[in-house]
Amino acid sequence: MTDTALTRTDAPTRTRPRRAWVGALIGVALVVLAVASLFIGVSDVTPASLIAGDADAAFLLVASRVPRTVAVILAGASLAIAGLIMQMMVRNKFVEPSTTGVTEFATLGMLVTIVLWPGMAVVGKMGVATAFGLVGTWVFLRVIRAVPVRQLVLVPLVGVMLGGIVGAVTTFFAYRLDLLQSLGQWSQGSFATVMQGRYEFVWFAAAMVVVAWIAADRFSVIGLGEEFATNLGLNYRRVMAIGTCVIAVITASVLVTAGMIPFLGLVVPNIVSLMVGDNVRRSIPWVAGLGAVFVLACDIIARTVRFPYEIPLSVIVGVIGAGLFLWLLLRKGSRAH
Amino acid sequence: MLIDVVEAPAPPRRRLTWSSPAVRIGMLGAVVVALAATYLFTDIPGSFTFALRVRSLTIAAMAVVAVAVGVSTVVFHTITGNRILTPSIMGFDAFYMLISTVIVFVAGGVTFLRTDPLTLWVVQVLVMVAFSTLLFTWLFGGKRRSLHLMLLVGIVLGTFFRSLTEWMQRMLDPLDFQILTDTAFASLTRPDPTLLAATAVIVAGGCAAIVPLVRTLDVLSLGESAAVGLGVNHRRVVMALFIIVSVMVAASTALVGPILFFGLIVANLAYSYAGTFRHRWALPAAALLGAVFLLAGQLILEQVFSFGASLSIVIEFAGGLFFLVLVLRKGAR
Amino acid sequence: MIALDHVTKRYGNTAALDDVSLTLGDVGVTALLGPNGAGKSTLFSVVGRLVQADAGTVTIDGRDVAETPSSDLARTLAVLRQDNHIAARLTVHDLVEFGRFPHSKGRLTVEDRDHIERALDYLDLEPLRDRFLDELSGGQRQRAFVAMILAQDTRYVLLDEPLNNLDLRHMTEIMRLIRQLADEWGKTVIVVLHDINFAARYADRIVALRDGRVVADADVSGFMRPDVLADIYDSPVEVHQIDGKPVALYYE
Repeated sequence: MTDTALTRTDAPTRTRPRRAWVGALIGVALVVLAVASLFIGVSDVTPASLIAGDADAAFLLVASRVPRTVAVILAGASLAIAGLIMQMMVRNKFVEPSTTGVTEFATLGMLVTIVLWPGMAVVGKMGVATAFGLVGTWVFLRVIRAVPVRQLVLVPLVGVMLGGIVGAVTTFFAYRLDLLQSLGQWSQGSFATVMQGRYEFVWFAAAMVVVAWIAADRFSVIGLGEEFATNLGLNYRRVMAIGTCVIAVITASVLVTAGMIPFLGLVVPNIVSLMVGDNVRRSIPWVAGLGAVFVLACDIIARTVRFPYEIPLSVIVGVIGAGLFLWLLLRKGSRAH
Repeated sequence: MLIDVVEAPAPPRRRLTWSSPAVRIGMLGAVVVALAATYLFTDIPGSFTFALRVRSLTIAAMAVVAVAVGVSTVVFHTITGNRILTPSIMGFDAFYMLISTVIVFVAGGVTFLRTDPLTLWVVQVLVMVAFSTLLFTWLFGGKRRSLHLMLLVGIVLGTFFRSLTEWMQRMLDPLDFQILTDTAFASLTRPDPTLLAATAVIVAGGCAAIVPLVRTLDVLSLGESAAVGLGVNHRRVVMALFIIVSVMVAASTALVGPILFFGLIVANLAYSYAGTFRHRWALPAAALLGAVFLLAGQLILEQVFSFGASLSIVIEFAGGLFFLVLVLRKGAR
Repeated sequence: MIALDHVTKRYGNTAALDDVSLTLGDVGVTALLGPNGAGKSTLFSVVGRLVQADAGTVTIDGRDVAETPSSDLARTLAVLRQDNHIAARLTVHDLVEFGRFPHSKGRLTVEDRDHIERALDYLDLEPLRDRFLDELSGGQRQRAFVAMILAQDTRYVLLDEPLNNLDLRHMTEIMRLIRQLADEWGKTVIVVLHDINFAARYADRIVALRDGRVVADADVSGFMRPDVLADIYDSPVEVHQIDGKPVALYYE
């Protein structure tokens, strides 16, 4: 990506050893947090009780704690990847599903299923939400054509406004149909209700991560612009279509499982970009790992800060994510100025 | 040519025709009065005096909010040198909610309840003014940043404040939380009379402070360096205006809660309606247009669609579209 | 007289003005030259009280800028910055009217109107008086701002790169106008320029800044010498006499 806002080319001799350290740190953090996540909760599940053969503890682990931890890791990794792909497609560092209206469109889709087909299976809901997410991505890409690429901050601004408008429509109908409270309940990001049999949709998101990984080089090239990509013999439209699908499926499946998790897909790729640059093949494992660590950490905070009650994860991600976003926008050396 | 202008207070083209700002403002005032009368006397169910009292309270609240939002937005536009940023978009409202929550969080709900609501409200407004002045002089003082950057920063700040507010609310006792939602925020259609009176006093005070500055505001719209060149003590005047703006926003948010895009629509329509940048006309035009919007919106929603309190959602939707068009049109340049 | 006495202004570690002592305003037109980042704009900002100096004092006709009320200074000194973006939609007449703000605080007297009309008339802006600024060409807009400065009726006029973004014809037009401000209106003009030859043709005195210091200060003939110019710009500059006037060639 040639015109990124935040890249600074550091001397390779200095960054490489540091990169290795940070990579190791992310790996260790992921393992430690994942293990911690398994043993935090109202009921006592400790490594000791498992070894002692406590059947209740083992059941709780398999039915609730493992699914939750897996769901958090997959959701975090895939949302961060969705942000990364979107940034490549739009060639703008400040976009991700929640700053482009995609999340709001998917939420509207959820509302539609609840109103029209209340008994629909979760797969169906997810399908409709995905379809709305696709529409949302398409609408955003259309609107954004009116904005010059150089207008770095205007692009996410337009996206946020688009999201606001769609959100207002959703709120309006929810209000009219007395669904405001339940809308709030399931659109608010939280992994509290995740358990065996109710989280498997994040595997769709995981599949999309694999797709993104395989097509990583193509997305790098897309990030250089349409002319550049065509010049290298790439089918620009097809890669854009694949990217749109990846984003929509990830957004919808995380929405169905956990709800909205704002700014994650924006903050994580930007931080990774500062460390390792913008080659998607190189940065994809970093983005996935850091995304997972970030959400795991926030989820653990959400569970412990007011123990035994839980705070919605989206609130914590909102505070930390918005704080980091502001820092990215206002920090010295950012070309957003 | 020379003689002509020496006599005329303004170029003759603008005088005495229906298009002169004074006539336009007068017409707008008449519309407001007509709407208010319609709202007062249409479809009165049951007790006449009771309905009249409730409705006149609502009208009073609308008037106060319209003046507060309209005036503060126009002033904010002038001192920040653009016509898209508004106090609400920059997160003022969200910030006010955060402060109320923090006060309950720190002091505890019981203290909150025992304190006289007026004292409490004064404390909230004072804290809001102190912090927002600090925050926004930091953002707008110093080097000029691009408009779009400031917009995005404002929107993210809003999210940040709202998330933080919710976090703190979740940390509250259920009892404290109840107290907070009961006392801190009221609605447009059921205003608390004491608070309404207090807000009206504050807003009137703010307007009284702005009136002598009307001509200086005109100069401020030339930008900082030109204003300094013309002898305006820029730093001091802008600081004073920032404080007035945050007091007015805090007061109106405390009364009816946040309405995000209201100020944006009203101020921008006021500029084109008044047909002049001069604050002598733009300020009253914004306040009156605000009143027209609130009254007409409420009337239509109640009478035509028989909806209750969804006016702010409709404003959100229309305002969002309006804003998008505005930003895209400016961005294309 | 505008007198700077040991003025220093730092931004971070770099000194935009480094212990500058300088007296301006003795002759009609003084041109301020120097490479980018030499401190010209900072000098204007300090004199025009937009920025407070870290050390030293600036006096205008003996009055300290830091202590004199801003509105008093506005009747002695007018500053036109290079960035004149205005958010409000103003007509030419509106803008020129603002020039009288320091005198009447917005309540125009007959005398104010007289000043406004003379300024509009002098700059041939009568036909454009009701046009909005954003409908004008760059040269017309620049003229409108100069008219505002004229209406402000000050002894000193500071112009920061008034030729920016103008084509050749309008550049000459504005420079000629600056000359007239000094000769016909008796004003003392200090103008930041980039083009050596414009300065040599129209100014009486040229002051060159570099790295926040005054490196040359002379009349035109003393300034337009290859050794002086090469020193300022760090590259060889030839000076030729064409029709008896010095012209610098810096294109090689």
